[in-house]
Amino acid sequence: MARASVDAALARPLTRPLARGFPDPVHDAQGVFRAAMEALSRPGRIGPLVTALAPPAPLTPELAALALALVDADTPVWLDAPLRAEPAVAAFLRFHTGAPIVAEPERATFALIADPARCPAFTAFAQGTLAHPDASATLILAVETLSNDAGPAFAGPGLREATRFGAGPLPADWVARLVANQAGFPQGIDLLFVAPGRLAGLPRSARPVAPEVSS
Amino acid sequence: MNPQVTDTDTGGTGYNFAYLDEGTKRMIRRAILKAIAIPGYQVPFAAREMPMPYGWGTGGVQLTAAILGASDVLKVIDQGADDTTNAVSIRRFFTATAGVATTTRTARATVIQTRHRIPEAPLAEGQVLVYQVPIPEPLRFLEPRETETRELHALGEYGLMHVKLYEDIARHGHIATTYAYPVEVAGRYVMDPSPTPKFDNPKMDDCPALQLFGAGREKRIYAIPPYTRVRSLDFEDHPFRVQSFAHPCALCGAQGVYLDEVVLDDAGGRMFVCSDTDHCETRRADGHTGEAA
Repeated sequence: MARASVDAALARPLTRPLARGFPDPVHDAQGVFRAAMEALSRPGRIGPLVTALAPPAPLTPELAALALALVDADTPVWLDAPLRAEPAVAAFLRFHTGAPIVAEPERATFALIADPARCPAFTAFAQGTLAHPDASATLILAVETLSNDAGPAFAGPGLREATRFGAGPLPADWVARLVANQAGFPQGIDLLFVAPGRLAGLPRSARPVAPEVSS
Repeated sequence: MNPQVTDTDTGGTGYNFAYLDEGTKRMIRRAILKAIAIPGYQVPFAAREMPMPYGWGTGGVQLTAAILGASDVLKVIDQGADDTTNAVSIRRFFTATAGVATTTRTARATVIQTRHRIPEAPLAEGQVLVYQVPIPEPLRFLEPRETETRELHALGEYGLMHVKLYEDIARHGHIATTYAYPVEVAGRYVMDPSPTPKFDNPKMDDCPALQLFGAGREKRIYAIPPYTRVRSLDFEDHPFRVQSFAHPCALCGAQGVYLDEVVLDDAGGRMFVCSDTDHCETRRADGHTGEAA
């Protein structure tokens, strides 16, 4: 950064104080991780995700909780357009996690998505390779609704019987995207859906079995 | 550094809760999430040196440390027993560094760390079984090069393993592998279930609990999500079979459980008792007795 712009940045008054991180960093991070572990272990099952965070909008408390629990300097993060448009969001994430914020979705380990209806194609993100399928992105989408009464049925590891799962708002072709994502197994992306106070997961292993049922 | 982390979090030891630093836990936690999403695939992770030698469960301990919360109830078993050296010292380690409650009762535990057995009592949803793994790569003794085994997993090419099992049959008339018996997880990856007796393989199939595997020296984490198909490799004309025992447990009379041989004297005296000490004690408390009790 040029000297002049550093001076300008320092001279600019801090208009908003930085929102706080976890009140109890150790146990809050553990609780959020266990909720995410449970969500990916049992695809589509909706579990609680309680957090006291009050991050800058449009970053939701649940998006912030998962970011603070899982993200750090080793994990590039991609932000969708509404999150990118608010500089306080990147400032909050940088301060609390130290994660590099990247502009290219394919470079990201985690993608935070506040406007899930306009989520980029899943194939825009890192899919991993056949030899290293774990080198793939995890997408965290802040949706408004989570339901086990709507949406397609899913089968696969973690599911004793086919279970319906729906969320919204999502792109109109989200089921087709999931079918394609699962077909690429073991490559593919993994999804976490958060709504106020709740979360659910769809790992790449979850297979939509009744795609004709649309949410 | 962080004033909100108080010494009460650490059981007064001066260590962070559950020993590992938060950065290490995050790295392990991310590996666990990917392992769950790709059942049976070995996720590389940056295993740390632990305050115990490799071979004493450093992989399992790191997994347990990364998932453990203050409200968890921990059980640790070594060859089925709660009271052997490895189990006692790991239980003490987490009592000291995390202050968590411990138990020997399978049904009461939320996290069970195990060395080479799966408890006889059925596991439930909400429980996590953490395995200590020495050699995570099922193909390692057939193909020593990691570059090659990685390629074989990528291609789903497991012919080598079937040849190995076939050679068992050619030599011995049956599949002579009795522990670390290879399994296929969710129809894709062939996985080493760690050196559990093959007797325990059927318990991995469609298990309601989450199963996590940690290899510290080899730096790998893998997982079987709940309710996942786990198939022991076999042939149509040589189907997979578990060991059977001629006698019931000498202490509790249990049948259909895995038994340990105990030598009683130098005149050939011996008895067979439950390897799962909690199962045996629970049965005896319920009034079951065997011939030696």
